[in-house]
Amino acid sequence: MSYFAGITELPPDPLFGLKARYVADSRTDKVDLGIGAYRDNNGKPWILPAVKLAEAKLVSSPDYNHEYLSISGFEPFLKQASKVILGENSAALAENRVVSQQSLSGTGALHVAGVLLKEFYTGEKTVYLSKPTWANHNQIFTSIGFKVASYPYWDNDTKSLDLKGFLSTIRTAPAGSIFLLHACAHNPTGLDPSQDEWKQVLKELEAKKHLVLFDSAYQGFASGDLDKDAYAIRYAIDQKVISTPIIICQSFAKNVGMYGERVGAIHVIPSTQKDEQLGRALKSQLNRIIRSEISNPPAYGAKIVSTILNDRALRQQWEADLVTMSSRIHKMRLKLKELLTNLHTPGTWDHIVNQTGMFSFTGLSPDMVARLEKVHGIYLVSSGRASVAGLNDGNVEKVANAIDEVVRFYAKPKL
Amino acid sequence: MYRTSLLKQTARPSVRVSTRQFSVLNNQVRKWSEIPLAPPDKILGISEAYNKDANTSKINLGVGAYRDNSGKPIIFPSVKEAEKILLASEVEKEYTGITGSKKFQNAVKGFVFNNSGKDVNGQQLIEQNRIVTAQTISGTGSLRVIGDFLNRFYTNKKLLVPKPTWANHVAVFKDAGLEPEFYAYYETSKNDLDFANLKKSLSSQPDGSIVLLHACCHNPTGMDLTPEQWEEVLAIVQEKNFYPLVDMAYQGFASGNPYKDIGLIRRLNELVVQNKLKSYALCQSFAKNMGLYGERTGSISIITESAEASQAIESQLKKLIRPIYSSPPIHGSKIVEIIFDEQHNLLNSWLQDLDKVVGRLNTVRSKLYENLDKSSYNWDHLLKQRGMFVYTGLSAEQVIKLRNDYSVYATEDGRFSISGINDNNVEYLANAINEVVKQ
Repeated sequence: MSYFAGITELPPDPLFGLKARYVADSRTDKVDLGIGAYRDNNGKPWILPAVKLAEAKLVSSPDYNHEYLSISGFEPFLKQASKVILGENSAALAENRVVSQQSLSGTGALHVAGVLLKEFYTGEKTVYLSKPTWANHNQIFTSIGFKVASYPYWDNDTKSLDLKGFLSTIRTAPAGSIFLLHACAHNPTGLDPSQDEWKQVLKELEAKKHLVLFDSAYQGFASGDLDKDAYAIRYAIDQKVISTPIIICQSFAKNVGMYGERVGAIHVIPSTQKDEQLGRALKSQLNRIIRSEISNPPAYGAKIVSTILNDRALRQQWEADLVTMSSRIHKMRLKLKELLTNLHTPGTWDHIVNQTGMFSFTGLSPDMVARLEKVHGIYLVSSGRASVAGLNDGNVEKVANAIDEVVRFYAKPKL
Repeated sequence: MYRTSLLKQTARPSVRVSTRQFSVLNNQVRKWSEIPLAPPDKILGISEAYNKDANTSKINLGVGAYRDNSGKPIIFPSVKEAEKILLASEVEKEYTGITGSKKFQNAVKGFVFNNSGKDVNGQQLIEQNRIVTAQTISGTGSLRVIGDFLNRFYTNKKLLVPKPTWANHVAVFKDAGLEPEFYAYYETSKNDLDFANLKKSLSSQPDGSIVLLHACCHNPTGMDLTPEQWEEVLAIVQEKNFYPLVDMAYQGFASGNPYKDIGLIRRLNELVVQNKLKSYALCQSFAKNMGLYGERTGSISIITESAEASQAIESQLKKLIRPIYSSPPIHGSKIVEIIFDEQHNLLNSWLQDLDKVVGRLNTVRSKLYENLDKSSYNWDHLLKQRGMFVYTGLSAEQVIKLRNDYSVYATEDGRFSISGINDNNVEYLANAINEVVKQ
């Protein structure tokens, strides 16, 4: 290894490494509760009916081609995507205050937001992340050169939101810091602030003039309703609660079930006042960043999402598909909790049904998670985050029994 | 004297000036509006201006995307067929791994490095696990990833690019933290390769520099080295211990046959097997040769010293890519996988599609040449150039005049994307050029 200085082999990325171990496992009754991708009740990946219909429509259209998009991306997609997150009647959109750029899904949006802020933001270059948060958040920002700090979020004792700690960190953080907020279906805990709690959080953020960065990866997965799941973002923007710039990183990976097509966008609302010159400058700088990283974003997925959003019938189908996914996941939460309750598994399990979105933060320890994988062939990340979408009528009993076994195994008094 | 420093206009605007940043702190709020407007991209800006022009005779010679004889974009029939198969059989749209699907990686290795069974050296390198391939966001994405990788792990930051080179090369590598510098390549006054100075300027560079080589259809000049000239360049590369970074965006566009356009890759493989070269990297894309432009389908491959080195390098590539975009887009790569999957029998139809595309470009090139006035300007270089472009040698003033007076849109370096030319406009274009040259 002489050619490249200091190059050493790294352990695999935890999530992708987990998937690799799962694939290599020869047990036929193995269960994948790792990566957050939806599965139907047969444990199979699901292409949404709305997507299948949109693909047929798109590919047979006479205008269909594989040409380059502009650097900003597919304009009909951007226009509709911004409405999905900000609302049909968004004043910010009507006033032309939103600068949008297509991105490589959520990661790409966060990365571009980071690069933009690194270059142009003179406030405190520290990004505050919830504790815990999505495994990739930390390195997205540290790899660009930001300092990363955390704010309390999950109280493991009560298995609920640590609002007091959250607000206290907002107050003590240096003014003008960057706060990353999960718009809904918090990853990994599945625990969201209530509307009243959001109001308190946003009020405190404004008081310290922190910059607000929303990560919206699961819109529609928390409640099954796109508008409800955008509550925090719309409250912040529509009520002009936040006077500092707001950046939204939006992904269509989960809610359109097009994980691998890499569809997303970054929306920047630089000001509560209209400022066309600033908007143009921001757009040009976003273009410059994109041009030297990828030239222009991938076309196909954005065209599919745009086809869905611009067709009334397809849009209705998509909203129905969202309900299908979120209600099946909710049913599995109820079932798992019921089974664990019936088994009298030590501990309380109400949090499983109180959490929303694709994940449940089970509260299982790393030891228990390791035993689930080794003894039972059940795969989840070591933090105890389980992708509830991996549960179905065929495996939920096995999973409940296995959780019962590992909890009791480690609950045994140590002699 | 050949260490040409970067021209001013290719340098990035000074966006890092602190007073031009935005801040949320109250007393600095006004400064948001001082984020400077970044200059529009030169090539894509041409298309925007073209779209706004109302002249019905307008011609777009800017972007390097293929147009048929009626001026329309095409989908390769083989690609259309592959897409049909994909839509009928696709049951999931899950994430690939960080570096793309294994099937795609293997398709690229077999096609490019083993030349689909015709390169024993490449075959050996594949079998010895000495090639790490990662799917990337087409050519630009692969250039950026290797730029970031070399910035992290290679001992030298200096990267030599030909003068001229693709307009985006310098920005990509600068943003990756490398230090691009030009080596001599082309003599504009003679409209010819400047091979003597090319060798001289390379030889004058410090040992261990990274050197960017265009595999074929040099962009923008269309002038490639002969096999004999490549031999001389590779001798310098070995002598100076340069790290070869090959950009292959137009495989198949020189000869019409992708298997013939990779003489450089085959020779590099041979040198590696002979232990005369330790490592090199290849940026490759299917944007042009499958017409998958907007689907962003390409790859980066690093030829390593050993299977152990491959493992370390692959893990570092993953670490590098994960925080930037997590995983690459699947639509284009699944189409590529289907075309290379023997059970679908599409490889030959793709080769025919590509041959047809290149054939039309060559026909148009000859027609343009025929219609140009050779009495006032020597146009012989047009016939030597290969690929999607002709590098006319016209000055920026002449290009601007073509735009203003004739609605002919091209980049100011005089590069014309010839797929914008067809039977209906070739005479109009030739006449416009003749008029502008005469003045």
